[in-house]
Amino acid sequence: MNSKRDIVLTEVALRDGSHAVRHQFTVDQVKSIAKGLDDANVPYIEVSHGDGLGGSSMQYGLSLTNEMELIEAAVAEVKQAKIAVLLIPGIGTMPQLKEAAGLGVKMARVATHVTEADVSAQHIAYAKELGLETVGFLMMSHMASPKKLLEQAKLMESYGADTVYVVDSAGALLPHQVKERIALLKEHLTANIGFHAHNNLSLAMANTLAAMEAGATRIDGSIRCLGAGAGNTQTEVAVAVLDKMNIHTGIDLYKIMDVAEDLVAPILETPQEITRGSLVLGYAGVYSSFYLHAQKAAERFGIDSRSILIELGKREVVGGQEDMIMDVAAELSKRKAEVAV
Amino acid sequence: MKKVKVAILGSGNIGTDLMLKLSRSPILELTTMIGIDAESDGLKKAAEHGYEVITTGIDGFLERPELADIIFDATSAKAHIYHDEVLRKAGKKVIDMTPAAIGPIVVPPVNLDEHLDADNINLITCGGQATIPIIHAVHQVQSVEYGEIVSTISSKSAGPGTRANIDEFTQTTTRGIVEVGGAKRGKAIILLNPAEPPILMRNTIHIQVEEEAKTEEITASIREMEKEVQSYVPGYRLRQEPIFDGKDITVFVEVEGVGDYLPTYSGNLDIMTASSVKMAEEWAKHKVANIPV
Repeated sequence: MNSKRDIVLTEVALRDGSHAVRHQFTVDQVKSIAKGLDDANVPYIEVSHGDGLGGSSMQYGLSLTNEMELIEAAVAEVKQAKIAVLLIPGIGTMPQLKEAAGLGVKMARVATHVTEADVSAQHIAYAKELGLETVGFLMMSHMASPKKLLEQAKLMESYGADTVYVVDSAGALLPHQVKERIALLKEHLTANIGFHAHNNLSLAMANTLAAMEAGATRIDGSIRCLGAGAGNTQTEVAVAVLDKMNIHTGIDLYKIMDVAEDLVAPILETPQEITRGSLVLGYAGVYSSFYLHAQKAAERFGIDSRSILIELGKREVVGGQEDMIMDVAAELSKRKAEVAV
Repeated sequence: MKKVKVAILGSGNIGTDLMLKLSRSPILELTTMIGIDAESDGLKKAAEHGYEVITTGIDGFLERPELADIIFDATSAKAHIYHDEVLRKAGKKVIDMTPAAIGPIVVPPVNLDEHLDADNINLITCGGQATIPIIHAVHQVQSVEYGEIVSTISSKSAGPGTRANIDEFTQTTTRGIVEVGGAKRGKAIILLNPAEPPILMRNTIHIQVEEEAKTEEITASIREMEKEVQSYVPGYRLRQEPIFDGKDITVFVEVEGVGDYLPTYSGNLDIMTASSVKMAEEWAKHKVANIPV
């Protein structure tokens, strides 16, 4: 099998997909999926709570299984693939990164809001010290101008990031905006450039292609779209599309399709599709992980989840502010009750 | 009552805000501002206000130890280790506003009384000062299994110190949730939000109690604690009624600063300086009360 890779894909279903299953992954699920992905020759597999190491919380959802057990299980199953973790400073800490590295993790992706790269300096440097490949992950990239994004990307590069990702956490970017951002980074950085999409506006694949055209060499995929909101760039689709374009991912198309159909589809509570809720995420530019939390709050307070998400967009909340969902929902419901009286 | 003399070590945002707050204290007399950068805005302001200004750091102060009995250390965790050592030797009381946490960790309405005899007390973190009182208020009614806090502060109010100490923030706050708040397990999260105009400091406190939460008693206890914190942090308030769901309680608190040196959105810094003044005042009262007449 041709394992030469023109583009390097990181599979995020066992991290970003954690949101879609409300952080209820079991060791057996992680084992079988990691084994299947490894066998299909996926180069990197990210495993963590959806909000990264230490994300298990009442704020984001408690993990059914300790993520360190899941990481250990994935490491044990893979032969060629490298296991990666996500770390958001402020949520996860360096001791947790050390523990993960001790379990055999090979890559650390350190994430901050697009304007706050400087909180990642110590974590990126520490990951390097632990001998890990490092990625700087600039979330909610649609909220900053390309110029600001470049400034922050340069900071991450200066801390030692081997790769800097433009992360469209809200699935709000349009292809021309992706192109503009990636091209600017490509021009000014020596680090690899990556792109992480969400499919809320049905643009994940198109945006991924736009990013590649502009110079991105790292992309993220989630198998069967198992990611927050409407999911990410569907891995098996990306493998097929890129294969038709004669771009080698090194991933076996039939095998990856089988993993999606036979192993991942059965664990989804509902098929990943673009519902009105996830569409609103992309439309209003709201963090994709808010999706299920907003549905829950809407039910509890008897209001439309769209009105919660739109209000959150207006208030410019950032990733991780899940507590604002309940706060805003309670406020909207109170306002509604007052109007009714 | 004769005022107790105090000095501020560190002339950054915190030290300068503290200077303005101390000027209003009926119990404490700020005499000296200690820094290492004569050009800093804080030292210049101190000179304008007529305070003694020492530009040679702690060593300069040690040459004139009669200037103060209580020292507020608003430098850094690393510097505090040395400061603690030499100030202890000099017989001074120290209020540690850094994340060093060498001495007992204190939240005024919860456990200040227990530590009035300590030489060095630590303020935990802004998030800790804003949330631990609520956890304690719940704990007084029902045993708290788990306390989790999420502090969101405006990017503008997070200086280089906060940014470089983000792990220490979560670790020290977690320690405070358990040791001072009374929760069996704790977790702390900090988020930075760059929205303009800057947001007020917001804190969400997720609490899980042992059994079905006693709604009315807990709400009353929380409201009482809110008033107590307001007595020294006027801009501290619940955003809405606590939300109950079985054993789970969620409380939303915001903190608006009084706008001394730092703008009102910096409630996170304000709660630290206000808490430290409260601590020093209680300490001073205790000291004076214990002097044999």
